[in-house]
Amino acid sequence: MNSIENLDRRSFLKITSLAGGALALGLYEWPRAFAQGSRKPPAFASVAFVRIDPSGVVTLMAKNPELGQGVKTMLPMLIAEELDVDWKDVRIEQAGLDEEVFGQQTVGGSTATPINWDPLRRVGAAYRQMLITAAAQTWGVPESECTTDRGKVLHTKSNRQATYGELAQKAAAVPPPELKSVTLKNPKDYRIIGKSQLGVDNHAIVTGKPVFGIDFTLPGMLNAVIQKCPVFGGKVKSANTEEVGKLPGVHQVLIIEGTLSTEPVAPWEPGMEPGVAILADTWWQAQSARKSLKVEWDYGRGASQSSGDYAKRTAELLKSPPANPIRSYGDSDAALKSAAKVVEAVYAYPFLAHGTLEPQDTTASYSGGKLEIWTGSQYPGAGRELLAHALGMDRADIQIHLRRTGGGFGRRITNEYAVEAAWLSKQVGKPVKLIWSREDDFSHDTYRPGGTIGLKGGLDAGGKIVAWSQHLVTYGEGKKAVSNGDIGGDQFPAGRVANYSLGTSTMPLWLRCGALRAPGDNAFAFVHQSFLDELAAAAGRDLLDLQLEILDATPEAGTKVDPNDRDALNPERMKGVLELVAEKSGWRNRKKSPGRGMGLGAHFCHYGYFAMVAEVSVDGSNRVTVEHVWAAGDIGSQIINPRAAESLVNGGIIEGMSHMQQEITLSDGHVDQTNYHQHPMLRIHQAPVIEVFWRKSDFAPTGLGEPALPPILPAVANAIFAATGKRVRTLPLKRSGFSFA
Amino acid sequence: MPLKLSVNGGVRTVDVPPDTPLLWVLRDVLDLKGTKYGCGIGVCGACTVLVDGKAVRSCMIHAGSVTGAITTIEGLSADGSHPVQQVWEALDVPQCGYCHPGQILAAAALLNRTPHPTDADIDTAMNGNLCRCGTYPRIRQAIHQAAEAAHKG
Repeated sequence: MNSIENLDRRSFLKITSLAGGALALGLYEWPRAFAQGSRKPPAFASVAFVRIDPSGVVTLMAKNPELGQGVKTMLPMLIAEELDVDWKDVRIEQAGLDEEVFGQQTVGGSTATPINWDPLRRVGAAYRQMLITAAAQTWGVPESECTTDRGKVLHTKSNRQATYGELAQKAAAVPPPELKSVTLKNPKDYRIIGKSQLGVDNHAIVTGKPVFGIDFTLPGMLNAVIQKCPVFGGKVKSANTEEVGKLPGVHQVLIIEGTLSTEPVAPWEPGMEPGVAILADTWWQAQSARKSLKVEWDYGRGASQSSGDYAKRTAELLKSPPANPIRSYGDSDAALKSAAKVVEAVYAYPFLAHGTLEPQDTTASYSGGKLEIWTGSQYPGAGRELLAHALGMDRADIQIHLRRTGGGFGRRITNEYAVEAAWLSKQVGKPVKLIWSREDDFSHDTYRPGGTIGLKGGLDAGGKIVAWSQHLVTYGEGKKAVSNGDIGGDQFPAGRVANYSLGTSTMPLWLRCGALRAPGDNAFAFVHQSFLDELAAAAGRDLLDLQLEILDATPEAGTKVDPNDRDALNPERMKGVLELVAEKSGWRNRKKSPGRGMGLGAHFCHYGYFAMVAEVSVDGSNRVTVEHVWAAGDIGSQIINPRAAESLVNGGIIEGMSHMQQEITLSDGHVDQTNYHQHPMLRIHQAPVIEVFWRKSDFAPTGLGEPALPPILPAVANAIFAATGKRVRTLPLKRSGFSFA
Repeated sequence: MPLKLSVNGGVRTVDVPPDTPLLWVLRDVLDLKGTKYGCGIGVCGACTVLVDGKAVRSCMIHAGSVTGAITTIEGLSADGSHPVQQVWEALDVPQCGYCHPGQILAAAALLNRTPHPTDADIDTAMNGNLCRCGTYPRIRQAIHQAAEAAHKG
């Protein structure tokens, strides 16, 4: 084995000869996140891995977990393009968790594209350059005379060519180039990027291959279910474990004491919940045995929580000023007093479950102080930390295999199901596969927290916004909100309207909350864009004109304005998608007729800009059909995999519509909804015609998992107003008197 | 007493209580993992299989009550060459992919009885199959295309 390193400040390339004549090139980086922690940092972290076999087959490691967002296909496309190989010669392997080798392997925040766009292309280009060098040396010709074409180096003058497979060994002796110095292709020459490539697992999926976490089995494993307390965190007082243990197929029934946090606000990963585990030969035996299980619970501190009480308390809190100021400038109170017109409204959005179609599951094998896990996870690295902590193990003794998983949407950020499976395997000394039932999943999710926002907006005589005051009632203790229950001071139109104030008040909650696709934004876009529509209507103006006016305003002090800071709203990009969607949907010339209307919504989040127009029809029973949706997006200079990108936008829109008809409510601490029929996901007959349009801008490409969701909620709500004159201020729709047909 | 099931063209003998849901017999006894568990109450369609060519929810029927010929995703074709599978792959229909074995079988059942479905036919036949990722527009497109492909022969 031979390796050459070439340091490039933070990152370097390392080339390795492998057995059988293959050659691998890896890009490594100092892992900054690790270096800042107290733990000893690993040597380097690889961000890419490319292997060329003598046959010319190129194998690229897909380092990030695949949960339907398409990274397993998209990231390797970046390398393959610059390496200049034929996509059909590329093989893709899913990497296991090894952050010392592959760098951060997380899914969340629509980050895969922005993080990997530059380095992965450079790795491909560097490798290509090394293969050119190897060929030039072999032939004794200048490198500048050599070119590449689909897996071959060519020297046209002497009519010579060699395949990458033939050159791989020779290239092993070539020092890797400086990453910054490599020449990247002109995008107009792209053959892979920007062309639709099919999902690499499509064939396995359509033929029913066992690729998902739930499909994995180990010889001799037991199948497990865990009956948890219907109230979050409740403990087992007693259970008829002996009786249940005698049921067919049942091996063991274990009471789990749990390691649940006692903090006032349940943290992101609060530890293991108590419950009763049933382990049997088959999952159905374990699940059936639950019918005979009798548990006496100590419900604990969650037992008195009810949605009705929270609604009353919220109404009380909204009568007082916010307890926690977040941002204010100017004088919103005074400006509201002197405004020509004041609009007041209270908007509310509910708790939501994720309902990933594959329920939570993990297979674990603990043996001889070592643990192996087969799971689907968005944050497997955090999962390993949690496992190490919960089982008192060294993280080096834990190996995580990443399985394809049936949807993430934020649900698989927390890894508690993996901890449960591992703990059970350790207890029983056998491999264990844990599958949560759908009812377990709905009653013990990491819920999108609900919230209520009281708003006041002031307009001057010309219909310009002169005051904006906003009070979010959320859940938490004091200033500390539950996970994903807080709000920042840069939510549009903050910083771009005069006399602004934003604050929060909190109510205690003992329930686990977490991230749901476009966290925060999936609620705030609905509230803010709907309220803007109210202000536009009160001013007798078009919402599009009002938005453009706000985007043209000089930003207030304390507003992030750097066009090169991708976290900061770039008004030109937002105006671009607004104008594009208006043009494509015929917004300016829309006709008004009873029972039919168009609505507009726009939002910036996770580096992406989307504006959407929805056209709805509403029947005499207030049943809403979303007929057509036009979506315009700006996620930078390049749509890497166009059909997959379009599919993600469709998904964002359809999920956003699902959010409009779902809610999780509590009665005496019990989650009222048990399955999909009570938390309805959009069905095919409700899906609108969707058209997606891209505005290309000069910014590096960014992700799509999240930004394509938020605008659909206000677009539909505003369209319902246009059709009926009635506002949707409370979600789900049924609480505002509407439903999807 | 062992049960005899006709699965994917062969007869399989399974020793399970007759009230075991067909889903779990397929997955855990016969190791046909393509059929998926989603809700367990017949509202999501992830467990859809064909019995005598008709789409049924395998989580809702007892293995002991099945007398017809069962087709799972593994048996729809030997190699993924059924027109619906081919179109699904070529149009890049799946995102996470978990619901698609059930979607494909529901679509195959629809095309068995309605070779040229309208959008309304598709809505009626497919609205018991949830897709959490929201691939419905592609599913609709794929069914139309599969119908055309079958027509062209």
